[in-house]
Order: sequence, then structure tokens, then C-alpha cells
Amino acid sequence: MKNTAVNVKPVTTPGPNGRRNFLKMSGLALAGTGLLIAGCSDDDLETPAVDPNAQLPGVRNGKFDLGGGDAGILTYAYALEQLEADFYTRVVNHSAFRTTFGAEEQIVLVDLYNHEVIHREFFRTAITGALAGTNGTLLPDLAFNYGNLNFGSRTTVLQTAMALEDTGVRAYNGAGQYITNADYLVIAGKIVSVEARHASAIRDLLNGGTSFAGDDAVDPVTGLDKAENPSAIIRQVSALNIIQTPFTAQFLQ
Amino acid sequence: MNILKFLESFTNEGVLESLNSKGSRRDSFTQFGKVGATAAMAAVPFSMLFSQKASAATSMATAADTPLSALQLALTLEYLEDEFYDMGLAANGLIPAADRDVIAQISKHEQSHVTLLKNALGADAPAKPTFDFTGGRNANGGGPFDTFTNYQTFLAVAQAFEDTGVRAYKGQAGNLITNKALLTTALQIHSVEARHASQIRRMRNLKGWIVGNQRGEGMPEQTQAVYNGEENVNQAGFMTNAVRGTFTPALSATGGTESFDEPITGATATTIASLFIVP
Repeated sequence: MKNTAVNVKPVTTPGPNGRRNFLKMSGLALAGTGLLIAGCSDDDLETPAVDPNAQLPGVRNGKFDLGGGDAGILTYAYALEQLEADFYTRVVNHSAFRTTFGAEEQIVLVDLYNHEVIHREFFRTAITGALAGTNGTLLPDLAFNYGNLNFGSRTTVLQTAMALEDTGVRAYNGAGQYITNADYLVIAGKIVSVEARHASAIRDLLNGGTSFAGDDAVDPVTGLDKAENPSAIIRQVSALNIIQTPFTAQFLQ
Repeated sequence: MNILKFLESFTNEGVLESLNSKGSRRDSFTQFGKVGATAAMAAVPFSMLFSQKASAATSMATAADTPLSALQLALTLEYLEDEFYDMGLAANGLIPAADRDVIAQISKHEQSHVTLLKNALGADAPAKPTFDFTGGRNANGGGPFDTFTNYQTFLAVAQAFEDTGVRAYKGQAGNLITNKALLTTALQIHSVEARHASQIRRMRNLKGWIVGNQRGEGMPEQTQAVYNGEENVNQAGFMTNAVRGTFTPALSATGGTESFDEPITGATATTIASLFIVP
């Protein structure tokens, strides 16, 4: 076993109303640098009041911490999109790609490569804009190592893709409740449904039948997809040992 | 308007506290019902909305802009989908044997969503409208679509409903931001609708994701409203069709619009659903 690449520290229990106050504060720290004005010229940007207590993304104790509040959630999503984009980049660039996958599978996997790269680049730009004028810093490009994962195996690649897409759905579904800015929430909604469309297609390519929304993914009684907190998702992704860049998530639930 | 007051009542009435004490989803829904009643008494304009449980069409006439009306819109759309798949499964010779399990799986989910939303809304649940899936808005049918005698039409209408569902739930997310439990539940339904949409689209030999504002081969012209606006390439100032950087392979021309689904307003969702509701 390699060393665990990702460290998750337990969040200290907030006192009465602690969580809500914290969300409010970090929301304030980002006010004025929201996504909607990310494309404006510098002249239009007001320098926001930086709250010294705001849990912005950045290096803490020698490791990058994803931060808390909306900026933390966006950075968390950026980390997941980096992983997905890197994975599909390797899939479609593998020397045996054209012989390993059928025609329809190739079209789907190239589409997923496009979508995930665009998601990653979106977050890179959006977070850069949101953190402008604050003490927060953009998550660096993460390093990945897939060990002995066989990119020349159709089953292995599709199974990994399925795991990543289902994880993406659970992650966005679980993160929505921690987003305080309605514009960020809608953007997350715009992305998660595309991840769910991916999961459905990959599952169908792999297992057919009712697997696109199988009982293992969608609760057969409630009809609900899964939702998980960032800390649970980070633990699962960390267990894959793919992300090599150490980071912490002290302020995410 | 008393929107702020209404939202304030959510935070004041113990919804958050009930969540912090790890109350079950059921508990928070109950709490939600109480808040709705309180707010109805406090704010006259909203109380009028709350009392509109006679018909879904009536309550849908008011664009959803509160947690309550968001759920009422959602329930009406789920009624629509649930009855549609039930009727399809009951129509002799419509669904090929090879596809029955897929349609039954989707039908199962829509039925669960109806049950869940009805329980959540309690006395505020709108009654189920009378649907006409031929698009004739007539209890006797006779509209332009041969929905239950032509499988390709059935799938086309299914695609329109699922893609509408995805957009409509997304459009209501902002209205649920004040209630974390409801928001999460809505998101958990939203992604299931997206799984359905992808599957139905692929059964029709389309991509599982929406390209530009294309409704796709074989979709009736009347369904174009489901896709208008999906061509958006500007995501908070980031142009998804002109991503900076060098990528190998080069990014496709359509990836930008495909990679972000767009919301629709409650009013637009209502207009689309109204094509199939007998007034």
C-alpha cells in the first residue's frame, strides 16, 4: 500500500449556530467576486473585504487545504473534475483506444473527455475569478498515478469510468446543501445532470438492461439517487490511491 | 412581497434545528408542512397560493418561486411522467419485449417520486390533472401524437418529459436553497431524471446529452420549447465553446453546450406540461 494521498481531518463540531455563521462569513468574504462577474474587466471588480477568519483554499501547515464555504466546495469540485478529465485524457490517448472499444463506445468516451476537460477548465477560471482580491489560492494541478490500471482493457476502463461518474453524481448531490450562493448552486446543477447522463450511458455500455439507473445506484423504494458528503467522497477517492498530490479538507463536512 | 419574511420563517421555525438533530427526512418534511401553514397565515398573497389545491393546472399558473410551489410543480411533472409510463406499459403491443424492463424501471422511479412528493406536501399536494398524451388537451384524446400506438412516438414523448424534468428541477434549485433537506432530495430526483433522459435518448440513437438546442431526429416540432436555451455557451463568463489552452485531442465543436445542462423556469415548465394537460 502506498501512503494515503489525501488527508481528511475531522471537522470540529460547531457550537450553537456555528455552522451557519461560518457559512455566512465565508459567503461575505467572497461577495463582490462572484461567478457572475468573473468575465468583467478589472476596473469593475471591487476589492472585497477579506475576513481573516474565512476558510479560503490555500496552503496550511505545508499542505494545500481545499478550504470551506462556497470557495471550498468549488475547489473540491475542481479536484474531482481534474481527476475525471485526467482519466479520460489517458483513455482516449491510449495507443489501443481504437481497437479496444467499439464505435459507439469511442464516441461516448471522446464526448466524456471533452465534457470533463471543459468542466475542469471552467472551475479553474471560475475559482480564479472568485478568489481574486482574497488571500485564497487556486488548487494546483494535481498529480495522478493509476498504478497498474490497464487502459487497454475495455472492462477495466468502463468500470473505472462508471465508478468516477457515479461518484461525481453522489458528490454534487451531497455538496449542493453546502452551497450558499444561488448562482453557484445552479452551476453545480448544470454539471451534475451531465454527470448523471454520463453514468447512465457508461452503465448501459457496460451492463445493459436496467443498469443505467439500476437498483445499486437508485434506491428502488424511494427512487432517489445517492448523495454523500465531501468527507465521505474524499475518503473513497483517496482509497483509489490515484491522486498523488497531498491535500487536506479540514473545513468540509 | 413577503418572500423574505417567508424565507425567514423557515430559519426561525426550527427546520435547521431539526436537521442538526439528525431528524429523519420525514421529520423535516413534516416541519416543512408546519412552516407552510405558518407562512400562509402571516402573508396574505402566499396564503392564496397555498390554498390552491383544487387543481394542479391552477397552482401551476403561478410561476414557482417558493419551496412550496417548487414542490407542487415537481409533483405535477411527476404525475405526468408516472401516468405516461403506466399507460405505455398497459398498452398492448406498444413496448417491445426487449425494452420492457427499461421502461418498467423508469416507471418504478416516477411512481416513487409521486409518492415521496405527495407525502412531503401533505394537504398542499395538488390534485392530479387529467392528462391527454396525444397532445389534444382533450379528455377524449384525438390530438396530433399517436403516443400509445407508435413506439417511436412514445419514446419521443418520453424524451421530452425526461429532458423537461431535468431542466425543471434545476430551475427550482434556487427556490429550495433555504431548506437543505428538501434541496438534497430534489437533487437526488434531478439526477435520476438525467439518468432516464440519457437512456431514452440513446434508445432513440441520439447522444445521451443535449447538443446545442437540437431536439433531435424524430422529435415533434411542438417539443422544441424543451430545448430552447440549451445552446448557451456562457457559463458565468466562461465560454464553453472557446476554452483557452491546448488539448490533445482538440476539443470538439459541440462539447461546450453538451457539458452544461440549462435550467428552465417554472413558467416554461408549466407551458410545456400544459400541452398534455386537459384544461
